[in-house]
Amino acid sequence: MTNKTLYDKVWQSHVVHERDDGMTLLYIDRHLVHEVTSPQAFEGLRLAKRNLWRKDSILATADHNVPTTDRSMGIEDVISKTQVDTLDQNCKDFSLTQFPMLDVRQGIVHVIGPEQGASLPGMTIVCGDSHTSTHGALGALAFGIGTSEVEHVLATQCLLMKKSKNMLVNVNGVCPVGVTAKDIVLAIIGKLGTAGATGHTMEFAGSAIQALSIEGRMTICNMAIEAGGRAGMIAVDDTTIDYVANRPFSPTGIEWDQAVAYWKTLHSDEGAKFDTTIELNANDLKPQVTWGTSPEMVADVNAKVPSDVNDDQQRALEYMGLKPGVAIEEIKLDKVFIGSCTNSRIEDLRAAASVIQDKKLAENIKLAMVVPGSGLVKQQAEQEGLDEVFKAAGFEWREPGCSMCLGMNDDQLKPGERCASTSNRNFEGRQGKGGRTHLVSPAMAAAAAVHGHFVDVSRM
Amino acid sequence: MKAFTEITSSLLPLDRSNVDTDAIIPQQYLKSVKRTGFGVNLFDNWRYQDPGVLGQDHSQRKSNPDFVLNKPEFRNAKIILARENFGCGSSREHAVWSILDYGFEVVIAPSFADIFCSNCYKNGLLPVALKDSEVDYLFEQVNANPAFMCKVDLNEQSIIDEKNNSFAFQIDEFRKYCLLNGYDEIDLTLQHANKIKEYEDKLKHSSPWLIK
Ligand code: SF4
Repeated sequence: MTNKTLYDKVWQSHVVHERDDGMTLLYIDRHLVHEVTSPQAFEGLRLAKRNLWRKDSILATADHNVPTTDRSMGIEDVISKTQVDTLDQNCKDFSLTQFPMLDVRQGIVHVIGPEQGASLPGMTIVCGDSHTSTHGALGALAFGIGTSEVEHVLATQCLLMKKSKNMLVNVNGVCPVGVTAKDIVLAIIGKLGTAGATGHTMEFAGSAIQALSIEGRMTICNMAIEAGGRAGMIAVDDTTIDYVANRPFSPTGIEWDQAVAYWKTLHSDEGAKFDTTIELNANDLKPQVTWGTSPEMVADVNAKVPSDVNDDQQRALEYMGLKPGVAIEEIKLDKVFIGSCTNSRIEDLRAAASVIQDKKLAENIKLAMVVPGSGLVKQQAEQEGLDEVFKAAGFEWREPGCSMCLGMNDDQLKPGERCASTSNRNFEGRQGKGGRTHLVSPAMAAAAAVHGHFVDVSRM
Repeated sequence: MKAFTEITSSLLPLDRSNVDTDAIIPQQYLKSVKRTGFGVNLFDNWRYQDPGVLGQDHSQRKSNPDFVLNKPEFRNAKIILARENFGCGSSREHAVWSILDYGFEVVIAPSFADIFCSNCYKNGLLPVALKDSEVDYLFEQVNANPAFMCKVDLNEQSIIDEKNNSFAFQIDEFRKYCLLNGYDEIDLTLQHANKIKEYEDKLKHSSPWLIK
């Protein structure tokens, strides 16, 4: 095979051993670890008296379960505290690099990996978290794994798997004003469905993707999993190399030059074969809002909730407390959450802040919060004065973590509460039992916060 | 890992598509640092009417009599029957642990999410993908007769129902071999430890920025 896809290239360079039936031992370069999916894996390693294979491949942090309010007093919830303490202890016992809760570098794993240069082009990157696909934005092969696989990587530095199919998603054209990476990826999921890319590694390409910053590309790859794709990838270009340069874990000197020379080959060759190709025109896109309990249940902001629905959609509308045919812009909100590994990077906070400058939260908004993706993002935002813009508008400005993306800490929706959220999952109960989640871009969430209902940010 | 060979059981008809792992086991139970005890929280948000927390006595909670798992006629089912894209969403292996801990051994659906599927194989839970029409047929049978039985035979890669209809299913040879024997994949991989070391030696030359 001469014409290879990006996925072919990264996969082939990591094959340690391949069985006749295609089952492959794949080498893993980077292993990101967090508190929720790792304790049982470390315990398994100890019980079987196995050694950890390569500790310098690991970067650990607590993100899912940490409080986003004042941390100086530690974690109040005893059970959460046990889990975070367990990670601290495991990192100590195995001498792992960890950013503990009070370290400024702490944050959501999928934000800090790239931020630190711990996630690099061409790497295989895994984490016990489905949104590991995020790191594919750098031209890496990155995917989420279960806890048994976490243990497998800890013990062997490899995973046993078969190569998946390869899907190309081509997005050409230019995004209209107000349409962001989040809207592109929600539109892709709307088109493909939540299982449309199951069994595939997705590659996102085309002029609209190339025009995105690395932050925007991460938003796209982050949500590959919501279309069923375990991994999402984007070819390396100058934007990628500029982003990676001078980060704490990035190579330097002669190794940097060697790396860059290699990274420049990380794109799909002309004429490379994909199992599936889909096309999307960015010129036609509108800001997107999900109305149901699956990311595929999505509509243009100026459209209506469908009126002709199937059983699943009917059940979703009942859960969401919405009538078929209602206009998206008429949906009133109770809360607004800006954060998560999808949209908590500096560019996301800038976009949200620019919409609310000199404005106030609408009266019906009970709580609006901004949760930066990492301590460093928070610091940068504060240097730019964004925290003041948010606070002046009535937003709460929090410490970094997953927070209300999954409501494992105190940040949760109450039954029936409706939230505009920049996260990635609108599943039943995701943000708290009975909570109703609408997924949107940061600018759309900010606009909804000041109007109290969804509005088309492209017309503001 | 526990080995799987065959099982004969009635089915739990969970007539929904895109059953996500948040629905299988909600976030608050992921705070546990153990692998066991998740069965009582399987489908927690659907099965109980009141919210729950990790560590409480769940027998005191208000159960939802309309949810299929709570219906007495399905109490002994060891097979879950569901619609497409079962197990989508979060990678939490707790989903598989809770299904097994409750007492299920097989999930039948037209399709499964990728990460959920790998998690199943690591724990001895068998995911069986059948055609839409076959799944429709099974739902019809179970809806007509909740005691409707099926035999799932991994060795033969087939499901045979009590009316003697049989449905074949696909599974990777390697996964099948591990399941039938209850093999631990880490042990199998460590048999290749030399190959992994050789790979790393090459890497140190070709891509020194990746490994020291
Ligand atoms: S921010 Fe949300 S989706 Fe991302 S890793 Fe945390 S919990 Fe998962």
